[in-house]
Amino acid sequence: MSEVKYSKEHEWIKLEGDIATIGITKHATEMLGDIVFTELPEKGSNVEKDGTAGVVESTKAASDVYTPVSGEVVDLNQSIVDDPSKINQDPENSAWFFKLKIKDKSEMDTLMNKDEYDKFAKESSA
Amino acid sequence: MDTKKTSLYQLHQDSKAKFVEFAGYQMPIQYSEGIVEEHRFTRNHSGIFDVSHMGQLFIYGQEDLVDDLERIFPLDLKNLRLNHSKYSFLMSDNAGIYDDLIITKIKDGFLIILNAACKENDYKILKELLNNKYKMILDEERSLIAIQGPKSVEILKSVIQGVENLNFMSGNWFTLDDHNIYITRSGYTGEDGFEVSLNNKFAEKFTRRLINKGAKLIGLGARDTLRLEAGLCLYGHELSKDKTPVEANLKWAISKERISKGNFIGSDIITKQLNNGVSKIRVGIKPEGRIIAREKTKIYNESNLEIGEITSGTFGPSVNGPVAMGYVENEFSKKNTKIFLEVRGKKHPATICSLPFYKKSYVKGVN
Repeated sequence: MSEVKYSKEHEWIKLEGDIATIGITKHATEMLGDIVFTELPEKGSNVEKDGTAGVVESTKAASDVYTPVSGEVVDLNQSIVDDPSKINQDPENSAWFFKLKIKDKSEMDTLMNKDEYDKFAKESSA
Repeated sequence: MDTKKTSLYQLHQDSKAKFVEFAGYQMPIQYSEGIVEEHRFTRNHSGIFDVSHMGQLFIYGQEDLVDDLERIFPLDLKNLRLNHSKYSFLMSDNAGIYDDLIITKIKDGFLIILNAACKENDYKILKELLNNKYKMILDEERSLIAIQGPKSVEILKSVIQGVENLNFMSGNWFTLDDHNIYITRSGYTGEDGFEVSLNNKFAEKFTRRLINKGAKLIGLGARDTLRLEAGLCLYGHELSKDKTPVEANLKWAISKERISKGNFIGSDIITKQLNNGVSKIRVGIKPEGRIIAREKTKIYNESNLEIGEITSGTFGPSVNGPVAMGYVENEFSKKNTKIFLEVRGKKHPATICSLPFYKKSYVKGVN
């Protein structure tokens, strides 16, 4: 069964086998406002836990996207680069950002589950 | 220092505004629908902007006031007709811009609309330049509400008859519920619209009437994307004390009549720059693709030499792409010149383009 976890930088991560799908949370999109530009990491590149792995920009400002776990980028969601407004519409499903082949499953243990994240998001925006 | 609130603060809160501090005021940056939707609503329908943080300076006087103001502003104020407005600047001796403003001839004097962040300083400068000779009121008792977009004339007319007869950059007094309201046909979005000066106590009631007629509150976020698409300058970004009106490519706002005679603050530098040209000038910039070049982004030429800097950049919802303005060395300011913008360490191609990015006819039917 796949498991979804959340980071303090407002990314979600879904692990299936050793492939992790990563995107940003609905809460993140609500804070950012209308997303009008997306930059993704390069396919084949290696990203490190908590390092930057892309950019999203709203009409107001640019924000880095961080990867909650380390791994090799094996797939990118080109559709959110072509039409960044898709991220606002369906952030936690079809508007995923990239997929990683992860190195160390134990990195998942440092992340929050849904209840923990919802509480964290509520507190951090209060 | 406590941040100030406009008389529409409660209405903004009721309308689920997100607030930011701007020039010492708590101002709405956006409402629940978001900047892009608010922008489009203004272009297609009618948006209401609370601009009450801006200064409304009334200066009272007759012919000698006109003479004294002509020594300050590069305008032909002697021929400015009653209730007509002009865009201008308050400048230093070396023609640096302290503020950009709209000056309107009213009965018994002038009304000057000033930027929120500059108004206190402007007041001091003007008081000194005018030797404290005239009655000057930086009116905190009045709010300023802009209504902008193609449906604004119908909506405002249904609340106050007669506004439809105002021409662009002219105004008049109107009466509503025993309140004296000064309305000009003007704005800063590239759309037809009005700016309404009225008593603070009446501002919320009046604004709710506009909302009931179908207009919507729009935040500062969309105000910025709208003015940028319209190629309009924002003080603190395109304009500052280190820039002159000629460098800011605003020489159209300087009266030719006044240039020939000089004798206003900054006229020596302005005349020199008009005759000899300037080293840097404000231009429109269109990045290729979707990359957004924000303020302070460095600009390079094709030989990789730094030639300037972005002063404002965002995504233009009506243009459906990124738009920017900035200053470049004069020799690279020609339309269609290829340039490069350094964003997050990478250089991205862009071109110099004419302003505005958005013209009414240009995008008709797109949104």
